[in-house]
Amino acid sequence: METVTITLEKQPELYLECYSVTPDLFAGKSLAEIASLPAHEGKIAWKLGDFFKIEGKAGQTAADTKIVVNGNVKRMKRFGQQMTAGEIVINSDADMYIGGWMRGGKITVKGNADSFLGIAMEGGEILIEGDAQNHVGSAYRGDWRGMSGGLIRVKGKAGNDIGTAMTGGTIIIEGDVFIHVLTHAEGGTVIVKGDVEGRVGGQMVKGDAYIFGNLLYPLPGFKKIGTVEKEVDGAKYTFDQYIGDLGERKGKKKGEIIYGNIYMKK
Amino acid sequence: MSEMIIKNGYVFDPISGIKGDKKDISIKDGKIVDKVSNKAEVIDASGKTVMAGGVDIHTHIVGPKVNLGREMRPEDKLFRGDFRGGILKQGKRMEMGFSIPSTWKTGYSYARMGYTYANEAAMPPLLAPHVHEEIRDTPIIDVSAMPVFGNNWFCFEYIKNKEIENNAAYVSWLLNATKGIAIKIVNPGGTEAWAWGDNCVTINDPVPYFDITPAEIIKGLIETNEYLGLPHSIHLHGNNLGNPGCYETTLATLKLAEGFNPKNKFGREQVLHNTHIQFHSYKGDSWANFESGAKEIMDYVNSNKKITVDTGCVTLDETTTMTADGPFEYHLNQLNHIKWANVDVELETGSGIVPYIYDKNIKVCGIQWAIGLEIALYANDLMRVHLTTDHPNAGPFTRYPRVIKWLMSQKARDATLNTMKWKDKVIAATNLASMDRELDLYEIAMMTRAGPAKALGLSSMYGSLAKGADANIAIYDLDSAKMPSDPEMIESAFSNTIYTIKEGVVVVKDKKIVAEPHNYTLWTKVNMPENAQVMHDIKEKFTRNYTVNLENYAVFDEHIHNPRAIEVEVA
Repeated sequence: METVTITLEKQPELYLECYSVTPDLFAGKSLAEIASLPAHEGKIAWKLGDFFKIEGKAGQTAADTKIVVNGNVKRMKRFGQQMTAGEIVINSDADMYIGGWMRGGKITVKGNADSFLGIAMEGGEILIEGDAQNHVGSAYRGDWRGMSGGLIRVKGKAGNDIGTAMTGGTIIIEGDVFIHVLTHAEGGTVIVKGDVEGRVGGQMVKGDAYIFGNLLYPLPGFKKIGTVEKEVDGAKYTFDQYIGDLGERKGKKKGEIIYGNIYMKK
Repeated sequence: MSEMIIKNGYVFDPISGIKGDKKDISIKDGKIVDKVSNKAEVIDASGKTVMAGGVDIHTHIVGPKVNLGREMRPEDKLFRGDFRGGILKQGKRMEMGFSIPSTWKTGYSYARMGYTYANEAAMPPLLAPHVHEEIRDTPIIDVSAMPVFGNNWFCFEYIKNKEIENNAAYVSWLLNATKGIAIKIVNPGGTEAWAWGDNCVTINDPVPYFDITPAEIIKGLIETNEYLGLPHSIHLHGNNLGNPGCYETTLATLKLAEGFNPKNKFGREQVLHNTHIQFHSYKGDSWANFESGAKEIMDYVNSNKKITVDTGCVTLDETTTMTADGPFEYHLNQLNHIKWANVDVELETGSGIVPYIYDKNIKVCGIQWAIGLEIALYANDLMRVHLTTDHPNAGPFTRYPRVIKWLMSQKARDATLNTMKWKDKVIAATNLASMDRELDLYEIAMMTRAGPAKALGLSSMYGSLAKGADANIAIYDLDSAKMPSDPEMIESAFSNTIYTIKEGVVVVKDKKIVAEPHNYTLWTKVNMPENAQVMHDIKEKFTRNYTVNLENYAVFDEHIHNPRAIEVEVA
């Protein structure tokens, strides 16, 4: 695998849209070609080379290309948007839409990520070593198709609206989450290893939420049906199983009604 | 003053009966003329196809329901907002959206396809100001809008009491108040019934609290239309749309036209235009045995010259359905569970919006796609069968070139059919696969300009290259003497004209917008003596039932963007 290192040399005045920083767009290009890829600051069109020093060498294919981002890119959005393969490592905090609509490959952020992390993601893997904000693995605003595949792991805490309208894939938040988990979901798994304030599974048709800490305000649309043992993130635990949202329409499979599940660790 | 001549093109103009002859078209001061001086600007169209500017008889492009769709679907713009069109002098405009494009994209896209006139299919009278504001912001193309009458309390009462003169006076008052062009009817009685949680699924279901049936409403409005002699006939979206088995309701509806004759000075020959008839041509009694009723419907349409239809072709895209048929949208949402908006417009109408994905791998969508094409391919007289996608309900209007490709090429139809997951079931439920008819450019010109213009009663102005018509012209990169064997070339030629000329001004050249001349709002002005009874009824209903004052209801004159009135005299 070849590596391209991009190092921030100048902070933008506003926020910079780094939608061009993907292995797909870097692959097969010379450093000069990479430097001339577009980036927007508000309505102003810049080139990546206006902000970043670009070194190393891109692979022939996306899968063969790794991008390392150095410098403080806390005000840079959309790294890895729509990427299908390869790898991105960001050695600082990053802003919104990291890995949005991602289909494959891997993104690692060594610091925190902001909102819309991995929205509408279809595949691949995102690892955030710090915290994430709101709308992790959710649908784009207005859309009914949230994350459908892949894995997002946040080692710190996250904000609201985790896995809204999710249809597949897995989100693991190792810290706490505030409100709204798996709202409107039709599949997928969200594992919260910390506490959740409330509103888990509102209007959920299908999907699984695992909560290791406290759920302060459970929704009334869920009903406890028993205790189960399940393997989650590599270890076995015992959970109380709740089904719901009982106020929402339900599908059937082989004559059995499919519910959404909330598993509360005992 | 300004003169232009388009030389040596293959001209297709059904209004003058020109079938691809090599001919020059002369333009002077925005009109088609017999000849021009030798100072005229010359456009060389050798080896190209020349047609009148396209006329879209049924499309939802402006107004509150379209805009609610835009608000409701930010995702329709996702990754589709980076194209900027228009002319630099005025600042390039952002062209956004796919199924519900911005007004700018709407005007530019129509112009790039060679269309110069579009008829907004449903204007809620109370919200007419919004329609006219968006017409003002839609560049290049001329636009008219049809107010909806099929669930209007005034019409219900006058028709029930058989007061056709009073109904006619009310219709002409409302056309004037809203600057509308024709009588639109959507699910007659059914949308009103929906305000009570009900619907009218046959033409004989009574409307709650009004003791009137859809059949009576339709007949009453046909009679009213012909009493007034309006340029267009009634424009009908009938009952029971979109349900398996609905073709029987449609046949019963179409037969209502049999008792009437067209009476107008505009050359219109029909008394009923049934819009998006694809949605009304379904057989079967469930989605499991759903099949095409296009043959039955078109056998009847072919036999009755007093009817025109438009196709409403499904284009197999993700789109947004929006109609004044409130109950239909509710049922659609119950099927797809995406998102739903519903609006009730006081005494007049209602509406609903639901995003919809016509997925080629869903059997029903494949059958709907086939039915839309069958409608055109079964037609004997394509002057009476117009090309639409009921934009955006069955697909966006920007797919017209693709529909034209399917109609002109069996190879293209087969190619699409072969990508379908339930191909065999689609073939079994329809007749499309066995149809080898391929339309020619003359027939496409009938479906896309001459026919719609004639049905709208506007063929002296639009959809025509005859002397005196507006110089609206599309030049396509198609050599009719050697048509391309690759159907994709047909789609690409109709997607972008070489030239689009609007009232003698070149607006599109080499696929780019090069000018935005002023455009018109068309409406029908009925001149008739004031009817004291009707004015009294209007005042009374506004006082008692409306949330707005009568004085604040009508669209202000300064609200109308370049009005162009079609005048009708009623003694």
